[in-house]
Amino acid sequence: MVGRRLPPEPKGAEITPPALYARRREFLKQAGGFLATSAGWGAGLTWLSERGAADPAPVAKRLSPSPPPPGSASPWSSLVVSPESLPKAEATPFDAVTTYNNFYEFGLSKSAPARAAGSLKTTPWSVRIEGEVKQPRTIDLEDLLRWFPLEERVYRMRCVEAWSMVIPWVGFPLAALLSRVEPTSNARYVAFTTLYDPEQFPGQKSDVLEWPYVEGLRLDEAMHPLTLLAVGLYGNPLLGQNGAPLRLVVPWKYGFKGCKSIVSIALTRERPKTTWAAAAPSEYGFLANVNPAVDHPRWSQRTERRIGQLERIETLPFNGYADAVAHLYRGMDLTREF
Amino acid sequence: MTVARRAWLVPAVLTGTLVPFGVLAYRAATSRLGPNPVATALNQLGLLALTLLVASLLATPARLLTGAKWPLKLRKLLGLAAFFAALLHLAVYVVLDQGLDFGGLARDVVSRPFIAAGFAAVLAMTPLALTSTRRALQLLGPRRWQALHRLAYVAGVLGVVHYVLRVKAFPTEPALYGAVLGASFAVRAVLGRHARSS
Repeated sequence: MVGRRLPPEPKGAEITPPALYARRREFLKQAGGFLATSAGWGAGLTWLSERGAADPAPVAKRLSPSPPPPGSASPWSSLVVSPESLPKAEATPFDAVTTYNNFYEFGLSKSAPARAAGSLKTTPWSVRIEGEVKQPRTIDLEDLLRWFPLEERVYRMRCVEAWSMVIPWVGFPLAALLSRVEPTSNARYVAFTTLYDPEQFPGQKSDVLEWPYVEGLRLDEAMHPLTLLAVGLYGNPLLGQNGAPLRLVVPWKYGFKGCKSIVSIALTRERPKTTWAAAAPSEYGFLANVNPAVDHPRWSQRTERRIGQLERIETLPFNGYADAVAHLYRGMDLTREF
Repeated sequence: MTVARRAWLVPAVLTGTLVPFGVLAYRAATSRLGPNPVATALNQLGLLALTLLVASLLATPARLLTGAKWPLKLRKLLGLAAFFAALLHLAVYVVLDQGLDFGGLARDVVSRPFIAAGFAAVLAMTPLALTSTRRALQLLGPRRWQALHRLAYVAGVLGVVHYVLRVKAFPTEPALYGAVLGASFAVRAVLGRHARSS
């Protein structure tokens, strides 16, 4: 159309030669290919290699010990330090205790429980006492906390995976509860069951183990004064990743015996079918006493890495509690009954 | 002066491969490997070695499936990177995890299939890394070189076995590596024979 003035034609010398123009496009293509490929491959490889490995600290930042419940009526204000305790100075740091956990109900990695534990609702909470007891009943956690004075007990915790911690638990002896509910003369074992609720425990949607998690003890082990029902650690209520609100602690046995988030305590005549022993009977026994002389079929149990220390340390028979518990197993061949 | 169409490919994959090593080194240097840093480093390096090894073994099936030649250009780089990661993995195990307790190490290699498989995988990869140069290929001759480099399959299988034997329950991850490796062998077996006979 008329009336529109075109800009002047560029002079010949100003026009980019076609070869150079093509090279620029070529350069951009190459640079783009390089950047996209190196970034994509680098990110993918990093992601793949970090899956499954316990991932690092950012988790810890979101955690802090929740303040102790207010009011003088709180059972927490009158913690008795048990004579069974190790010195508290030896305890593994709170951040490690609360971010490095095996709790497959929340996922398989060590950091998954700390990340996922928010989905667990621990109030209200009640525990069924059932089986061979004179009065089967369901007890609210609050009542349990009123019944028994809480103690602080600093115990070694030895995982079957050859690492260990020292944890200042808060709880009461299981024996106190069992005596109160009165087992019948038929009771020979105690079975503990973790809450089954895949909405709260997303790990239960995968069938990596048979759910719900069940652990068990012989009655004499359950009545032993070292056996603890824990409701807290480091002076505060348990966090989800540590098995809130109620868990078992048996310090001379491998950590997997310590059933978490317990909803049922049943006294039985027969030995309960416990989760790991059922999943891999050649690797995990019912007793599961810490024993440096009996290796896991796939790895050595002679030494352990105490979380927070670089050097491995020797694993002690019965995790250092032999004087208190070895008599329970007198006459048994512990290489066969492991 | 023209530049080859995919001149960027090998440098790009090399750069990307260095990323996880760099991230791990940075986290180690700044104490960000979590409460059990030795185990974290060990696990990440092991997974990295296995991922890179499986990736290098995917080059041939990728070529057979697509007809593209570029996957083969990456095979040597990925294989060498896998060997490098495996050596670091072994070094962390021997020095940091076992604290140079060679008696205990010897016992472990002999009595534990899980350790033995990992050790054998590194042994299988060693001659491949040593003969990865063009000069070695010329010295050995292509047929012998290729026969020797079939050890890469052995290393891949040993790596997956090592991983499967390590885990406690049976999560999907090791099974996935095994499945990818199995699929790559299947492609090779079917299409490779077809390619040779036609």
